[in-house]
Amino acid sequence: MRSFLETHPHDVLVIGAGGAGLRAAIEAAEQGASVGLVCKSLLGKAHTVMAEGGVAAALANVAPDDSWETHFRDTMVGGKMLNNWRMALLHARESPERVRELERWGALFDRTRDGRILQRPFGGHTHPRLAHVGDRTGLEMIRTLQDRFVTTGQAVYMECTITRLLTSDGRVSGAMGYWRTTGQPVVFPAKAVILATGGVGRGYRVTSNSWEYSGDGHALAYEVGAELIDMEFVQFHPTGMVWPPGVRGLLVTEGVRGEGGVLKNALGERFMWKYLPEDRRHEYAENEDEARRWVEALSAGKLTDARQPPELSTRDNVSRAIYTEVREGRGSPHGGVFLDISYLPAERVKRKLPSMYDQFESLAGVDITKGPMEVGPTTHYIMGGVRVDADTAVSTQPGLYAAGEVAGGMHGANRLGGNSLSDLLVFGMRAGAAAAAFARAEAAIADADPDQLEVELVNLAAPFRRPDGESPYHLQAELQETMQSLVGIYRAAEDLEEAIRRIADLRWRWSRCRVSGDRTYNPGWDLVFELRNLLTISEAIARSALQRPESRGAHSRLDHPDADAEWGRLNSVVSRGEEGMRVTTSPVPEMPELLREIISVRAKAAA
Amino acid sequence: MAIETKPSSAVRRVALEPAADDGARALVERREPERPAGARVVRMLVHRGTAQEGGAFAEYEVPVEEGMVVLDALHWIQANVAPDLAVRWNCKAAKCGSCSAEVNGRPSLTCKTRLGAFAPDETITVEPMRTFPLIKDLVTDVSWNYEVNKQIVPFSPPEGAPQSAWRWQQEDIDRGQEFRKCIECFLCQDVCHVLRNHEIQSPFMGPRFLVRVAALEMHPLDRADRLEHLRGEGGIGYCNITKCCTDVCPEHIKITDNAIIPLKERVADESFDPLQIAWRRLTGRGKGRGSRKAERKGDGTTGRAEKPG
Repeated sequence: MRSFLETHPHDVLVIGAGGAGLRAAIEAAEQGASVGLVCKSLLGKAHTVMAEGGVAAALANVAPDDSWETHFRDTMVGGKMLNNWRMALLHARESPERVRELERWGALFDRTRDGRILQRPFGGHTHPRLAHVGDRTGLEMIRTLQDRFVTTGQAVYMECTITRLLTSDGRVSGAMGYWRTTGQPVVFPAKAVILATGGVGRGYRVTSNSWEYSGDGHALAYEVGAELIDMEFVQFHPTGMVWPPGVRGLLVTEGVRGEGGVLKNALGERFMWKYLPEDRRHEYAENEDEARRWVEALSAGKLTDARQPPELSTRDNVSRAIYTEVREGRGSPHGGVFLDISYLPAERVKRKLPSMYDQFESLAGVDITKGPMEVGPTTHYIMGGVRVDADTAVSTQPGLYAAGEVAGGMHGANRLGGNSLSDLLVFGMRAGAAAAAFARAEAAIADADPDQLEVELVNLAAPFRRPDGESPYHLQAELQETMQSLVGIYRAAEDLEEAIRRIADLRWRWSRCRVSGDRTYNPGWDLVFELRNLLTISEAIARSALQRPESRGAHSRLDHPDADAEWGRLNSVVSRGEEGMRVTTSPVPEMPELLREIISVRAKAAA
Repeated sequence: MAIETKPSSAVRRVALEPAADDGARALVERREPERPAGARVVRMLVHRGTAQEGGAFAEYEVPVEEGMVVLDALHWIQANVAPDLAVRWNCKAAKCGSCSAEVNGRPSLTCKTRLGAFAPDETITVEPMRTFPLIKDLVTDVSWNYEVNKQIVPFSPPEGAPQSAWRWQQEDIDRGQEFRKCIECFLCQDVCHVLRNHEIQSPFMGPRFLVRVAALEMHPLDRADRLEHLRGEGGIGYCNITKCCTDVCPEHIKITDNAIIPLKERVADESFDPLQIAWRRLTGRGKGRGSRKAERKGDGTTGRAEKPG
């Protein structure tokens, strides 16, 4: 069987070539492993290119008071203390070095006046902390990592979709998939596999995510028995475009607010003050005057005692605020609110936010230096993911690692802006190092199990063999509508139960869907497998959301509007059971006393 | 592939009906609510076919929503008429550079080309990039670019210099940042007549990679010398600065003025300036490290082996 299939064995197989995958592949290669890097798209096109605002790291170039302790505290408080504390700790301590490393590899970050890496303020961060390149930070990162990886001489497999992980002797031992360009199957036996497949946004109708975000890694891990945690926590970014219809959901970087952008409703009210949580109100400007002084100091590159504007509240909070303004009838003409940066000099706006200027000018015919943008929430990121060990990124299955958005735990119930770019560097590197070490200890690359390959060959061919059936495009549209309307920003038990019923129905219809054409670059066929992953992940999101009877971070229950201290000590856990999906809980890892003190001391200092 | 085909060498023929039985079957299946009554409809001719089987244009009528871009129209066709229509795309936000094609003959990102930019009764023709080999429909094989990229000497900072001393002013990197805006859509490669009209294997790296070399050469701390490569395999001499690349760049990089012309000047100085040649002979400094660049960067220790010469 195996001899008939194209086969590429490697010590370490990395699935996904965004920031996390590239960083992992570089590290594994530098540690001597033979590495195969597989991506669904061309190299350098992964979702990381869409990251705009910056990478969070306590470099303390702009705010000398910044430190890893403050970054750690901001991350934990922003995540409503549901984070894996060890991940948040490693992240805060190691991200400055990971950013400096990018500079050594050729990245050109914007500069401070004294010539160092400039840092920008972002929601939930006490200090200006985001190293950035205008509003195209992700592109700078991915190009830097891509160029670095190319120098290792290791293999890249572009436009290749992985549909199944292979196992042998109770551990993950490779993967199988097909070339998108030809449709021919391909097998990658490996000693260790790193998932770096990103997120799940394509399950929702309004999303800032590209088509690639179909939860592939989440579903691949689930299928081989790995645990997923905290899947109910889906981040809705407060500012996506709402008009014109074709670009609905397209991201408007938080950098707009970081540079001083103001949110107003249709009545012209600057509404964010109303929505600041009482326990953090003291961290924000008291009035327009103080907020203006803060923006002026920022523009001039000076320190100030003015506090940040209320628009820089955490993303979960700003999204709920916008949603509420619109629902209560104070929305903009196209169902959003107004985001205005036009009061700043046009030159500054164009220099700091060039791609936003271009995006609105070319896609909406709006000049953001002259008038406001219309924005509303858009599905952006999933905090939940594969349960991993903080130090090594290994999942609950031996041989399987996960880094970046596909991994869970780092961000708790809500991610701070800028923390994902640093997350993927820190844990991408750790996953690469740990997988390479694991591979070194393994004697040989296991041969792929013919039975598993046979099953997958049948799965791949099946959609062409059905005489009739629904189009996968229509099923995806229905799934997106279901998730958008029933598992969105605000949730309720009744809606979630209905969503679970509809997903089960969609899964049945999916098993009968059909595609036309042949295997050569056939996007309808590609969608069948992405849809399978999205259905699994959507069910995990809905079931986890139903299990958690409280509101915390990005998970808001209309029928349980308050946080529940008991549930604040529990992560939700999804795994594959004998009879379908199992949803349980597990205690949040206990934080050492020293770190508890850091959090409470910093909280008091801020007050 | 059931659509009307012709050998790829033949002139492309316009199929006035979507003759494909695939397409016809899908038309019957199409759900009516997808096309609201009275909506404006745009007529599109989209290239269908593969390198092996040849290609032809298929016609589609697509209902228009306000603000719609060409890529939206292609997605509508996929979802409702031709599910196997091959389109390469990712972000639909003009950030990844995947959805390059030729729209009414102009190399464009389909995600950034609004239907509203055309006259209401104008037919919109979408073809794959012509410079690269066809895979299927609108998707081409751009792997040649990745091979060219591998030949470029990567960023080479001085070894051992403490990074705390890596300080430079914003103005020092403005130009480098302009070049690094490149999203690798390869539209400049597509439009470049050197690549478009000649065999793609010709020794010319094309505008995209001249931009990359310019970014590396202008990095404040880079010590490598790429001029020899530019003159040889890079083929910079082939560019006769018609600026077509600058014209199609979706990131508005001034490719010709800011990247290619300065590189051409450096190559000319290095190879043909009699004063420089005489100076090199007198001092005995080789091309690699005795060049203007190493002097400009103020330190002779390039960290690279000196080339014979």
